[in-house]
Amino acid sequence: MAEIALVSNPHVGLTKAQENKKYVNDLTTLNLGPTHPATHGIFQNILTMDGETIIDAEQTVGYIHRAFEKIAERRPFYQLTTLTDRMNYCSSPINNMGWHLTVEKLLGIEVPKRAQYIRVIMMELARIADHLICNSILAVDTGALTGFLYVMQWREHIYEIYEEMCGARLTTNMGRFGGMERDLSKEAIRKINILLDDFPKGLLEFESLVKRNRIFMDRTQNVGVISAERALNYGFTGPNLRATGVDYDVRAMNPYSSYEDFEFEVPVGTKGDTYDRFLVRGEEMWQSLSIIKQALQNLPEGAFHADAPHYYLPDKDQVYGNMEALIYHFKIVMGEIDAPVGEVYQSVEGGNGELGFYLVSDGGRAPYRLKYRRPSFIYYQAFPEMIVGTTLSDAIVTLSSLNVIAGELDA
Amino acid sequence: MSNEQVAQDLVAQFGEERIYGIVENYGLLNVTTTSETIIPLMHYLYQHPTFKFHFLTDIAGIHFPQVPSHEFGVIYHLHSLENNVRLIIKLYVTRENIAVPTLTGLYASANWMEREAFDFYGITFTGHPKMERILNMDDMDYFPMRKEYPLEDATREDKIDALFGR
Repeated sequence: MAEIALVSNPHVGLTKAQENKKYVNDLTTLNLGPTHPATHGIFQNILTMDGETIIDAEQTVGYIHRAFEKIAERRPFYQLTTLTDRMNYCSSPINNMGWHLTVEKLLGIEVPKRAQYIRVIMMELARIADHLICNSILAVDTGALTGFLYVMQWREHIYEIYEEMCGARLTTNMGRFGGMERDLSKEAIRKINILLDDFPKGLLEFESLVKRNRIFMDRTQNVGVISAERALNYGFTGPNLRATGVDYDVRAMNPYSSYEDFEFEVPVGTKGDTYDRFLVRGEEMWQSLSIIKQALQNLPEGAFHADAPHYYLPDKDQVYGNMEALIYHFKIVMGEIDAPVGEVYQSVEGGNGELGFYLVSDGGRAPYRLKYRRPSFIYYQAFPEMIVGTTLSDAIVTLSSLNVIAGELDA
Repeated sequence: MSNEQVAQDLVAQFGEERIYGIVENYGLLNVTTTSETIIPLMHYLYQHPTFKFHFLTDIAGIHFPQVPSHEFGVIYHLHSLENNVRLIIKLYVTRENIAVPTLTGLYASANWMEREAFDFYGITFTGHPKMERILNMDDMDYFPMRKEYPLEDATREDKIDALFGR
């Protein structure tokens, strides 16, 4: 019998990273984006990889920069609402309402309670739509497509409610300075009631698929961790900050549009990892549902817009038969009405965090300066710090859970 | 902790010639300072035992071409999360002397905010780790948010401002 030479295997006993090192001597540069299906938007990450491990990352942003701040300096105030739609397009109504609140503060318009409640309903619907897509896409990025398909019908349902309220689905341009463009219709209330009755079942179904799923938990726990100190230092707000354990929510801290009338919890995480961000967004959807329910139950009677003829477009039948209404209509549409001089900062709790509008008015028809505080732009800076040392697949999941929206990132 | 307390404390600490222009806009305290004072002022506010301004909300640039001595402004939005008090700090620089010290040593979030102000207004932040354009393309040779650049193509003659009420 021939003797078998036992050759020792040099790779036995090495870790995966060391094993990769055997074959790869130098570092690889990998372009993740600008158009990559897993980045959900147009932004580039230049990763330096050692095997499968990311050792350095750098972002390039600005691919869909549309100069909204420059455009804002030439347009009358009411024409800027359409620009805000296109920032965080997953939750356009929140952006619209934030802008309306800013201008109302400058003009000193008192919005009736009913309009405020309708706004709250719309903003919370938008928050559900936003968190729903973020959480389900996160599941898709870990390989679970089914849950995403289940909950998409509910986002579709919310878009139908938007359609009832403003005629549009994605870029909503909802509401006016001083209130809403139209009252809640019977059909809108019927659709909201369907959502309140049936959406909890759908959300529970989604959660039962994903929340305690072993594969999902393994993929997301301890991935993309950021501490509360670093998150605050990086200017995190919204669900991403709350996942680290800081209970900062603009709705609770600086209530606007009657948020002080509603009972809701501000869910927080403990570790600031991807799983915590998922859980915080999931719980916020339940809280939003509860806010919508309260707002609909206690919906006050009365007008759905303020009596502010200088800024609020009159009814069409009035325009055709009433001289004053025709004059106001013409002046508003042509942007002939000057705003007072002043400086306003107003922030709302957007889908991704504190969405702020800093408006400097010199008394003209358009803002002298308008600065959007865009949460995505600010917290996306932390992305390299969160992914260095992890693998590419973890980076994808982390990016997905941060919910960076390209429109908001680049404005 | 009220706005008056913050204003009085800052004036007592830094003096009236370095903290001025104290106004309240819609409940929000605004103070103006100089570019030499901004770093000590920010550190003071950060480390203050009761104020605790630990959160930098935003940095905005602004341009006032008609006031050459105050031509470019940098507006810092601070937020004390514990006390729920917001504060706006402004400083102004001239076109010739446009450098402002960077805040990146204190706030990591200031990095991109300052790059954005540089990108659009040309305000340079000394000491910044990467003072480059961020949203516009790198080979752009002007700062587009300055008021001298009109939004629309200046060579066009068919759009008369007066007809559009501008």
